[in-house]
Formats: sequence, structure tokens, C-alpha cells
Amino acid sequence: MQVSMTVNGAPVTEEIEGRMLLVHFLRDQLRLTGTHWGCDTSNCGTCVVWMDGEPVKSCTVLAAMAGGREVRTVEGLEQDGVLDPVQQGFMECHGLQCGFCTPGMIMTARALLDRNPDPSDGEIREAISGQICRCTGYTTIVRSVKWAAAYEAAQVTS
Amino acid sequence: MQVPAPFEYARAGNVAEAIGLLERLGSSAKLVAGGHSLLPMMKLRLANFEYLIDINDLHGELGYITVASDQIRIGAMTRHRELLESAPLLAAFPIFRDAEHVIADPVVRNRGTLGGSLCQADPSEDLSAVCTTLDASCVIQGSGGQRVVSMAEFHRGPYETAVGDDELLIEIRLPLRAGGSSAYEKVERRAGDWAVVSCGAALWMDGGTIAEARVGLAAVGPNTTGIPAIGELLRGKAPSDELFREAGALASSSCSPVTDLRGTEEYKRHLAGELTRRTLSTCVARIKQGV
Repeated sequence: MQVSMTVNGAPVTEEIEGRMLLVHFLRDQLRLTGTHWGCDTSNCGTCVVWMDGEPVKSCTVLAAMAGGREVRTVEGLEQDGVLDPVQQGFMECHGLQCGFCTPGMIMTARALLDRNPDPSDGEIREAISGQICRCTGYTTIVRSVKWAAAYEAAQVTS
Repeated sequence: MQVPAPFEYARAGNVAEAIGLLERLGSSAKLVAGGHSLLPMMKLRLANFEYLIDINDLHGELGYITVASDQIRIGAMTRHRELLESAPLLAAFPIFRDAEHVIADPVVRNRGTLGGSLCQADPSEDLSAVCTTLDASCVIQGSGGQRVVSMAEFHRGPYETAVGDDELLIEIRLPLRAGGSSAYEKVERRAGDWAVVSCGAALWMDGGTIAEARVGLAAVGPNTTGIPAIGELLRGKAPSDELFREAGALASSSCSPVTDLRGTEEYKRHLAGELTRRTLSTCVARIKQGV
């Protein structure tokens, strides 16, 4: 079957099997390997991308179900060579070690800050509670998201 | 790599189209809403279909929470997150806040739907327990019209419902009544997992005595278990710790859990009793606090 959607602002049309999962469509067909493929059971959250502005686990969404919708991946965050503040925050505060969970963490964190620009530690932890990191113990991830929130707040006031 | 077995993908744009497709394709087709229970089962080849009909475009038609004086009507495509963010729903039934916080995780809750959860009919499914607790009725639509069934009639066994091959669950109705509150508790092995046991309770007071009480237990039987004897025990009596312990004992002896990887039958019976006692007590505390 044929599927058309928007990925990071660009329209794409591809021939796929109905059973193809969105994560494999993005990685294998579009070669957008920033989105990682982990547990395959919607537990680990490394495959999180946005569909129509909402974080979803792309291992549990069919590519066909994304037809006609707007998909955004971690590759879509950087604008004109400038990293998103959440990406910057992960660099500043050591929000990653091995980096496997990072794309999903960043996409979820970005969506959180878009809805809630000043989240508490508890709200950040709840937002990423469907995602697993085995390196950081989550502490530096929470710190990274708070760094981004503070950075954006400073941008708004300055 | 886990992928489902091959199937034909179809998409319905509205309820009539979905029913038309179901009539044409019969039992070889399955509806997919959020897909977060169905797709994992298809990946494991526990479920296989020739056709998968995507009904996410029905969210505009079936994604709503409407509050009337005597009932709340919820469209079957309403997503978990929308339930959790509905102030009028949470004010009427705090049980939804308790339950939604322990269903999977926020990202999964962006996709999963109330109708999908009920139609999956997993014995451990939390919203089925909530709907049993609240005495919900389910509106099922076919080409011949609509019919309304109770939760007890809706579930026919594990993963089986009253929805026919050519029908669609479109709405869940929750009767409203003043003077009550509700609560939910779940014991799980890790955050967001299926329940070892979970329990909902709803209770209404009339002055100093209990006018009506209901419980709904998940994971202790082939489907969500409502235990009417608990309502009969509590009706007309003043709430007390001892009375709720008695209700717990009734839940513990009336349910039918089995030993599995999540726990032994004995442990689950203990949980059924303890969670019944706790949620009933929480209802009374909430009524006193006016929430």
C-alpha cells in the first residue's frame, strides 16, 4: 500500500506493507536513524516521536496509521544548525551517557515544556515515566530538562 | 524484530463507514483504535486478522465527554489523556484520576482509548474495573441501530465482548447521583504494568448511613468482577473500619483469582480484600472532604 505523511515538515510518500511499524518506516525506509528501536513492547520509550504534536511510541503505531499526519523526530528539533534548548540541556547537564534512550527522552521532554514551561521535578519524572534509562539514574535527565526550561524562561524575559 | 503477521490495512472515516467495512469483511477484520494492547498481541501472534480497520479518524465523532444532570456520556474514542484532563469527569468521579495515573505511562495514554480498553476485555484491564464500579452501560452500534448493555453483559469472558462482528462500541454512559465519591487502587509489579490485583469502589451516603456501594475488581476472574453482595452488606449501615473489613473479606472469598507469574491465588485474595477495604474507606473520607 501507499502511505503519505509529513515528516519533519517535508511531505513523504512511500510504498509499504500494511504491517510495517512507524519506527521501522522512519529508520529503514526514510533512514532517519535518530529514532531508536528498543524493547518492541512499548515499555522502554526510546522510539518516541511526535504524531500531530503528541509523543507516541513508534514501535506500537503502524506506519499506515501515521498516514495523513505530521510526524516529528529528533532530527527535526535542530533549526538552522542551532540545537533545541532541550538538546543543549542534555549536553550541559550530562543528560546522557550511552545515548540509547536519548532521542525518546528529548522528544518527550520537548513536548512537556511546550505544554508546561516550568515543570517541577515530579512533573518531569512523571512525563518520562514511560521511558527507561539505564545509565543516568534519571537525575541528570531531570536536571537537563530543568536547564532547558530555565534557558527558555530567560530568553522570554530578555 | 517483532512485527505482526501480514494483513490488509483499511481506514474508516466515520462510524457508518466503519460498520460498512465490518459488514463486508466480517470476522476476518478487527478494529484498531489506540492499538497499544492490540498491536503488541499481534506482534506476538496471539492475535491475527486478515484486515485491520483503523478508526482513529473517528476521534472527531467519538471523542467527547458530555456531562448532563443524570449521566456522563463518554465517546468510545476518548483517549486516556483526555479522561485524565477532564475536570468535570474527575470532579464527578475521582476514581478516574486514581486509575488513569496507574494505567501504563503518559505516552501510551496519549494513544489508548476508553472504548479500546473495554473491547480488549483483558481480565486485568483497569478502565473495565472503573466502568464496572460506576455501573456503566455500553452503547453498541450496528447497521440496524443501537443497543445498550450493562458492563456485566458487555464482557463475555477473557478477550470476548458482546460487540458483534459487524458492530462498534460507540459510547459509555455513567449514571450520576449526588452524595457519593469513588476511588481506585492497584498493586502492580512495576510502574505501568498490568495489575496483580486492582480495585475500584464507589459509595453514596444518605445522612449517616450508606445509601449504595459498588466495587469492581480486576485480575481476579475471567473479567472484571463486581460483587453485588458487598452493596447488599453495606446498604443502610453506618461506615466503619469493621464494616469495610467485612466487605473486604467478602471480596476476598467471592473472587476467583488464579496463581500465575504475577502472584499466588492466596496473595491475590488477600489483595482483593485489602484493596476493597481501602478504596471503600477512601470513598467515605472523600465524601467528608467534599471531593
